[in-house]
Amino acid sequence: MPIEAPDLSLAALAPLLFVFGAACVGVLVEAFGPRESRHPVQVAVALVGTLGGLVTTLLLAGTAEVTAGGALAVDGPAVFLQATIAGLAALSVLLFAERNLDPARSAFVVSAAVPAGSARDRELLTVQRVQTEVYPLALFAVGGMMLFVAANDLLVMFVALEVLSLPLYLISGLARRRRLLSQEAAVKYFLLGAFASAFFLYGLALVYGATGSVRLSDVRSAAGGGDGEVLLVLGLALLVVGLLFKASVAPFHTWTPDVYQGAPTPVTAFMAACTKVAAFGAILRLLYVAFGPEEWTWRPLVYGVAIVSMVVGAVLGLTQTDLKRMLAYSSVAHAGFLLTGVLGYPGTGDPAGSGVPATMFYLLAYGLTTLGAFAVLTLVRSGDGEATHLSQWAGLAQRSPLTAAVMGLFLLALAGIPLTSGFTGKFAVFRAAIEDGAWPLVLVALLTSAVAAFFYLRVIVLMYFSEPAADGPTVGVPGLPTTIVLAVTAAATLVLGIVPGSVLGLADQAAIFVG
Amino acid sequence: MSDSLLLLAMLAVPAVGAAVVAALPGDREATAKQATLGVSLVVLVLAVLATLAFDPDGERFQLTSSVPWIPGFGVDFALGVDGIALVMLLLVGVLVPVVVLASWRDTSPGRRSMRTFFAWLLLLEACMVGVFAATDVFLFYVFFEAMLVPMYFIVGSFGGPRRQYAAVKFFLYSLLGGLVMLAAVIGLYVVSEAAGEGTFSFTALNDLEIDPTAQRLLFLGFFVAFAIKAPLVPLHTWLPDAGAEAPIGGAVLLVGVLDKVGTFGFLRYCLPLFPDASREFAPLVLVLAVAGVLYAALLAMGQSDMKRLVSYTSIAHFGFIALGVFAFTTEAATGAVLYMVNHGIATGLLFLVVGMLIARGGSRLVGDYGGVAAHAPKLAGVFLVAGLASLALPGTNSFVSEFLVLIGSFPTRPVFTVLATVGIVLAALYVLLLYQRTMHGPPRGVLFPADDGGTADGGTTGAGHPAGGATAATAMATGTATGTAMATGTATGTATLPRAARAATRVHDLSRREVAVVAPLVALVLLLGVHPQPLIRLIEPAVVATMSDVGVGTTDSPEGTD
Repeated sequence: MPIEAPDLSLAALAPLLFVFGAACVGVLVEAFGPRESRHPVQVAVALVGTLGGLVTTLLLAGTAEVTAGGALAVDGPAVFLQATIAGLAALSVLLFAERNLDPARSAFVVSAAVPAGSARDRELLTVQRVQTEVYPLALFAVGGMMLFVAANDLLVMFVALEVLSLPLYLISGLARRRRLLSQEAAVKYFLLGAFASAFFLYGLALVYGATGSVRLSDVRSAAGGGDGEVLLVLGLALLVVGLLFKASVAPFHTWTPDVYQGAPTPVTAFMAACTKVAAFGAILRLLYVAFGPEEWTWRPLVYGVAIVSMVVGAVLGLTQTDLKRMLAYSSVAHAGFLLTGVLGYPGTGDPAGSGVPATMFYLLAYGLTTLGAFAVLTLVRSGDGEATHLSQWAGLAQRSPLTAAVMGLFLLALAGIPLTSGFTGKFAVFRAAIEDGAWPLVLVALLTSAVAAFFYLRVIVLMYFSEPAADGPTVGVPGLPTTIVLAVTAAATLVLGIVPGSVLGLADQAAIFVG
Repeated sequence: MSDSLLLLAMLAVPAVGAAVVAALPGDREATAKQATLGVSLVVLVLAVLATLAFDPDGERFQLTSSVPWIPGFGVDFALGVDGIALVMLLLVGVLVPVVVLASWRDTSPGRRSMRTFFAWLLLLEACMVGVFAATDVFLFYVFFEAMLVPMYFIVGSFGGPRRQYAAVKFFLYSLLGGLVMLAAVIGLYVVSEAAGEGTFSFTALNDLEIDPTAQRLLFLGFFVAFAIKAPLVPLHTWLPDAGAEAPIGGAVLLVGVLDKVGTFGFLRYCLPLFPDASREFAPLVLVLAVAGVLYAALLAMGQSDMKRLVSYTSIAHFGFIALGVFAFTTEAATGAVLYMVNHGIATGLLFLVVGMLIARGGSRLVGDYGGVAAHAPKLAGVFLVAGLASLALPGTNSFVSEFLVLIGSFPTRPVFTVLATVGIVLAALYVLLLYQRTMHGPPRGVLFPADDGGTADGGTTGAGHPAGGATAATAMATGTATGTAMATGTATGTATLPRAARAATRVHDLSRREVAVVAPLVALVLLLGVHPQPLIRLIEPAVVATMSDVGVGTTDSPEGTD
């Protein structure tokens, strides 16, 4: 039996090819490159991969086609989110590459295989050698994310989910400092992540059972036929659970604080920004493309978890004393805000509703801001590690006014104060939800915003209004990579707050799914 | 047309000024102060020019300019003023230079640079201009919320001992109100979208017919935010804390201008956009307003902290303003707007004088002062003028406005008006008691710590000594020249000096700078007390327009029927 080659539009696949290609080159460099030159070469390869991915996605703007035998949909939302992921990933790579902050020149462990606390480990602690596996691993994760948001087929979506997850599990465990915490985070993430993947896979099987296809468009046309409705709804629920886990939406968020705290901070920044974009991209595509006509099935579910996520994130965030954990709960709350945007489903008749562009804009704004906030965390250090306990930040504004000012900006943006990107994003998603009649949800969102504002403000109070402790942390002088990240994210936070028009316009144009 | 750029310039000049002041090197505090004063004077000049360019009988909104800002949301960067907004801009223009001059010798707790304080002050001025000049609801909201940030830092970084608590309380109250309003702002857009084209433009929204249920919800959304800001009584608890802990300059702007945004919002947004809901909820608002007048006045009498006392008097005054707004007569509303201006001047002056007294004594407690008048007659005189203006004595500016509010409200709301009148008596009590306790009687308290030990309260004076020393140190930390003089006074062992000479070394009358601070406000108190006509000229057409939006035609107003 002859096998037909699927039609492949190389142009539409260029961003993915770029990133995966760079990842493979990275593996080769790891295997054959001389140790001394590996770090600069790996950084260069990773930057070429991510920036190349960014540029090619930008060139693809306006594309709307289904390719690779119908398995991939390269449409507006896919391209917009791929560009977002690639751009945020490039910034994350710069954070990985920072060599000025840690006294041992890198945030990553020299040899992950050496047991933590052993004699060899103590010996390696101060060695200035840098391991570089993290770059190709991160690139594979980026490739997986970019595939995830373009998947037009539940099986491809599952494969992408695994491709993006497995490297993340690994690099979560690569912290140089507090290694046990980091390894615990990696194991926890892996176990819960595998569990969530199993949910997704089971849901996929049920949907296949109900509709006889894994193609999103086929699911769409088969849905509503009456046959296997129960199977279909069950399958949808399980699929959504798998995705909500990745998006760290409560009640599927329990891994988030531990992993965010334990992972090396640059990796946390990468996960907080890029994984969220990828997961929400997939949620949008799954719900809108495959289950659009079945809106009644997922609407109550999304409505409910949005409320749970906002409340859990905001309330538990109040009790945190560690900045990384606090930002993790903030991420849970923001996932809830994002879901209010997801509810702004345009309806079958009107493709240009405001839910998709609002959510995409929010993802971009939140990704940049949270990446910047974690980048600031890498600067404030005490002893050899980072000073992430809240009390250590007292009086930071007097030690380092610029660091405090940048952090203050990010915190105000996360709280959603006008003239920052956070406000524009919130406005966009709340408008989408209110237009869809979900104003009770928006009221809950506004109340939880006020609660969440309290813990962001607490950090500002500490930095600005408290007197510095005598043996407070030092603020490291960042090298060029981190400086670039801080400058870009801070500038973007302001620009998207003051003149968001053009980016909102782009998101609006890119809001139409194919497939 | 160059006139339309006036408002933009009023917005841009302080904003750019703030950036420049913030960017100055840390050791250039003197330059920072001078630059801030210069910038704020430029804004004052621009405000005066805007007033000259404004034609009271012309269009409702003048000096307008508009550029698309966020097309995706239908938002325009639209500026323009009616008479009400214009007089508020004038108030901002006058108060900011005064505040800058009043804060000239302040130093901050810790080692913070005062340069930052002045930068925040200018940014605050830009936001205040924006909030009054915006004619786009979204733009208004942006400034309404953005205004919190500079004030938050002013209170939190440069305030009194409990500044962290006060700053966070202020921010969270206002933010919560603001977020509820955000829901209403979005709701308004959605309503306009359903009626045709989605817009945030005030004039377009004003023409919109909104169905009653939606009106009620949207009115409440806006009302809660403004009632927190104004503040009306059950939502007022943040103001005494913020007012007491803010540095004097911040406190003046907080009660003088920021809180006016609440009452301004009632007039500009609640009444015209939701006329039916406004009429429906008016009794409720009036209950809150009158309750505020009486309750806050009683609380003011019970305060031992002078700054808290002044804050409570403000809450009582806001009750009068709300009464004037929701009485729905042209006279009452004109009085309310005039009250907003006069309250900014009178209470601002009272805060400034109290601040000067506190700078001398280092204590905010009424009980720590006494007999100051004999040694600082000018200070006492200004104190008296400020106090009398605050209790609305005829001849001072507040009298005109309070009288207008009461006489305008009586025909439609006699019961509420009569109840509010009791507030006038209470106002006389709290002001005169404060003046009497601090200024008259035998010299006592922190300014005269080394009193003859043989007096009856020898025990307290004994205990008072270390406290006196501590407050002298605080005064030094606040950097007044008098503080330093006091400390040296204590050090040189004053017991040998005759009592009058001792007191003379301790209590300084107003310095030339302080005279320059209070002089413009005292002049305005007296001038507007006898000649308020020019302001009323500016205000009245805008008020008539607003009232006709609520369905109160000029013929229905008392002046028509009388």
